[in-house]
Amino acid sequence: MSMVQLLQANALPRRTTKLRGRLLPYLLSLPALLVCIAILVPFVTAAIYSLQRYRLNLPYLRGFIGVDNYIDFLSDPAFWNTLRISLIYTAVTVLLELLLGLGIALLLRRPTRFHNAVSIMLLLPLMTAPAIAALMWKLMTNPGFGILSYLVSLFGVHDFKWASDPSTALFTVVLVDVWVYTPFIMILLLAGLRSLPRQPFEAAALDGVPASFVFFRITLPMLAPYIITASLFRLLDSIQQFDIIYAMTQGGPGDRLMVFQVQAYLEFFQYTNVGRSAALLMILWLITNILSNIFIKNWLRLRARAHSHA
Amino acid sequence: MDHSGLLGRIFRGVALTLVLVFFMFPIVWILMMSFQTNEQILRIPPRLLFEPTLANYEALISGQLRTAAGNLEISFMRNLFNSFVLSSAAVVLALLLGVPAAYAFARFKFRLGETIAFTLLSFRFAPPLLVLLPLSLYYQQLGLNDTYFGIVWVYQLIALPLILWIVRGYFEDISPDIEHAYRLAGHSWREAFTRIAVPLAGPGIAAAALLSFIFCWNNFVFALILASADKQPVTVGALAFVTASGIQYGQIAAAIVLSVLPTLLLALYAQRYLVEGLSLGAVKG
Repeated sequence: MSMVQLLQANALPRRTTKLRGRLLPYLLSLPALLVCIAILVPFVTAAIYSLQRYRLNLPYLRGFIGVDNYIDFLSDPAFWNTLRISLIYTAVTVLLELLLGLGIALLLRRPTRFHNAVSIMLLLPLMTAPAIAALMWKLMTNPGFGILSYLVSLFGVHDFKWASDPSTALFTVVLVDVWVYTPFIMILLLAGLRSLPRQPFEAAALDGVPASFVFFRITLPMLAPYIITASLFRLLDSIQQFDIIYAMTQGGPGDRLMVFQVQAYLEFFQYTNVGRSAALLMILWLITNILSNIFIKNWLRLRARAHSHA
Repeated sequence: MDHSGLLGRIFRGVALTLVLVFFMFPIVWILMMSFQTNEQILRIPPRLLFEPTLANYEALISGQLRTAAGNLEISFMRNLFNSFVLSSAAVVLALLLGVPAAYAFARFKFRLGETIAFTLLSFRFAPPLLVLLPLSLYYQQLGLNDTYFGIVWVYQLIALPLILWIVRGYFEDISPDIEHAYRLAGHSWREAFTRIAVPLAGPGIAAAALLSFIFCWNNFVFALILASADKQPVTVGALAFVTASGIQYGQIAAAIVLSVLPTLLLALYAQRYLVEGLSLGAVKG
């Protein structure tokens, strides 16, 4: 028994009763527990809805239909479109943000005054509400007066329709996502880079090891836990992206940007099909749950490290 | 790090300039648009020099929008007010619920504590609509739909995990010995908590509160589903405003500036804590 535990064991019962001492942590966390339950109730409800034929406009048809909602997806091209668009959107945004974020973090690695000022400025896009960021880019890509439309016209590209053209809509929302979230990866990796021990780098410099070798054999492996945590964070958020896409095009043009949550939202409010909407969200939850289990393991390891040499 | 020659330095300079232009330009450009009249905005080619006007902000603040089709009532100030009320109330509630729980999780190892902490964390990553859509049906039955309380309650999904995990880290970094010495001197548990633990974790609590405020303010989907026009925050209000005002681009830009200004200022103020907050305490800045 450590000193602390001894003190704990002796000190607690003196002024409070034994029972109250043991109940204390539960009393303190009771409100948080209530919030948990309040979240779990709608979650379980959603799971039940997903097994029902449940349309708000046809309430008398409501009934339990097992996994029919899920089976219907298998033969539904709209579902496969949603899955495909969501995965492409996630893969493209996370990959671009990771490469850009890592590059910028390396550029800003030395903690000079100027570098710190730049990294603070890059926080601003990240702290802009994503829905509002989409509106900003909507103004800049307006085909009539948008500055970006004007700039591409200088390069001879006229009639570039950005988010309203099916062939460039994905590119446009990816651009907004990259603008908002690259700084997230950048600041996490920058903090990681600056916390790395100096000795391996000093030793490599003394031995005249080429820069590319240092980067691939020392920097990257040591930075790996930070890269994994930052990417998983982004993967989890990106596959659920709603704000940017909804504010920009509401999933259009056509079904071009119908990612999971936008499709589920429209399924619920436009087609009032609660059962289908819930089933769609359950599938998304399953995907994120697998990812978040991997994520939490990595995140805990990194967290333990951060707090051990605090 | 002196292996970069002249060429390397030029490359770095160019790359950093491009980075700054890409990330700063939209903010600067929208800020400029917000001081322009519609005629100035529609001019091609766009000009960098122009005579600034405050008309857009005046229209937003007075709530009167003059358009070709006549006067339009706008309630953007109401949205701004709602954002302040909703975000502040959500943070206060999250602090009241979260700080004692974070303390319990840091000081006492108990099963239920870990379960609660991880349940909240895993819901941070669950699709928000999964909880929101059934909740909107419940809210209609309970009469909570379109109430401040109902929205503040679901904002706990954003604020509570953040406060719980960041503040917990700060409590864990404080040695419990100080509190035990204080307890041995005859003080109650409550005094040790309020006079020793909370002040020592003060910076962490403040950082977590600021970040929660920013994330609540920036949230879009919760209020989109649960609030009607007179309870909507700026994120949802700005989108409705774009639809309603149509081609009043100057006012739209001004509305965007007013919507993001509070969080950007707070972020600059709290930048020291942002790294830690964004990673829920996994990476220290």
